Amino acid sequence: MKISELAIAFDLKVLQSEYTDGDVTSAYTSDLLSDVMGNAPDECIIITIQAHKNTVAVATLKDSPAIIVCNNRPVPQDMLDAAASEHIAVFVSNENQFTISGKLYAVLA
Amino acid sequence: MLSIFKIVLYTAYMQTIPLNTDSSPDAVLELLFKLKVKDVMTQGVFTASPQNTIREIQLLMKRSRVTGVPIIHEDRTIAGIISMEDIVNGFDNGWMQDTAEQHMTKKVIVMQESMPVSFCVTYFNRYRFGRFPVVDKDSHLTGIVTTTDVISALLVAMNKEVERLEKQQTEPGKTTEKANTSAKTDVIPSCCAESLHDGSAAEKVLEFQTEPFNFETAGHASTEIKKRLKAVNTDPALTRRIGIASYELEINQVVHSEGGVMRYIITPEKLIIEAADTGPGIPDIAKALTEGFSTATDKVRALGFGAGMGLPNTRRVSDFFDISSDLAHGTVVHAVFMLKPQQDGSQ
Repeated sequence: MKISELAIAFDLKVLQSEYTDGDVTSAYTSDLLSDVMGNAPDECIIITIQAHKNTVAVATLKDSPAIIVCNNRPVPQDMLDAAASEHIAVFVSNENQFTISGKLYAVLA
Repeated sequence: MLSIFKIVLYTAYMQTIPLNTDSSPDAVLELLFKLKVKDVMTQGVFTASPQNTIREIQLLMKRSRVTGVPIIHEDRTIAGIISMEDIVNGFDNGWMQDTAEQHMTKKVIVMQESMPVSFCVTYFNRYRFGRFPVVDKDSHLTGIVTTTDVISALLVAMNKEVERLEKQQTEPGKTTEKANTSAKTDVIPSCCAESLHDGSAAEKVLEFQTEPFNFETAGHASTEIKKRLKAVNTDPALTRRIGIASYELEINQVVHSEGGVMRYIITPEKLIIEAADTGPGIPDIAKALTEGFSTATDKVRALGFGAGMGLPNTRRVSDFFDISSDLAHGTVVHAVFMLKPQQDGSQ
């Protein structure tokens, strides 16, 4: 599955669309950014409710292509600006982390 | 009532501190900024309540050989101060049985614990008081600072610094350390700016400042260093390890310290991240290195940090790691990464 297909497949809202499209290889679900940095696989999609600039910084360090913000959390503009400059996609979902992770797991496994 | 203008008596036994806080040598200025009021103040303070009589306070002064007594409320906030001059006036005007509240100086100039010592020097020279009560961020009295406190603390610190400089001159082998000290003095005025220094041959030093609780600029150093590594085609896995260590250390400075410097020393063989802050230091390093231990506030946790993983993560991704900290001068962390391919694979 490609990043550009995520939105339609999981009914996500695309908030930041300036990204380099590619295959989704893995994903990591966590609201602890230190945990993401310590344990997430490289180039994974990050599923979280942490909607702020620091999430983009962590995604950049992990070479993550996309962030999915769950529970319809409001995403500040500075986060989107940062993501645009790093070419990281930002999606928002009205579902929670468990549900999104489960759906994505089914596709990737 | 005593106003700040009626201080003739003080000048007899009170000295100014002959230090220029603008144009002293860099090493001295650095000390003046690095040392905080809480590092130099006297902690056990003799205090009295507003209901104590002037006579009682005079006896306390005599007994404990102090020349000024802060008058505090029950919650340790400052109500005023009684100094020798008030006692003399008390004898003179026959109000020794009056309460402190009636005659104390109520407009007290206080210092914050976290202020740099340079403020003390300025205050002493400007106001010509013999002492300033010190308060914490909640305005509670925590100590008192006198000119003697400042001068002796500065002497101790200067001795240490001179010793260090002398040692450095006799051991010229450590080129990186030399580069650091020369870089340090350059970086002070350029807050949050990046400066590129030519250290010894083929050594590059990059520096970034961090500020307490400034999450806006946090990550700036790490993303910048990552970009530079990418630009010279560094192995992506190695770049990620460096980025993670750098970001964790940067966040640590933003969350826990009073500000600091992220310094990247790059040679053909290795990259050294030196994260040096100005305090308050880590009381128990072993604990701080334990996964899950954290002293972060709820605000920090709400941002997804403060899980007690920062230092353990950094140590895990580094090829070499060391940390030293003391409560007077702050914390210095080194994370070293070998850039040559044969050294790869510490993860």
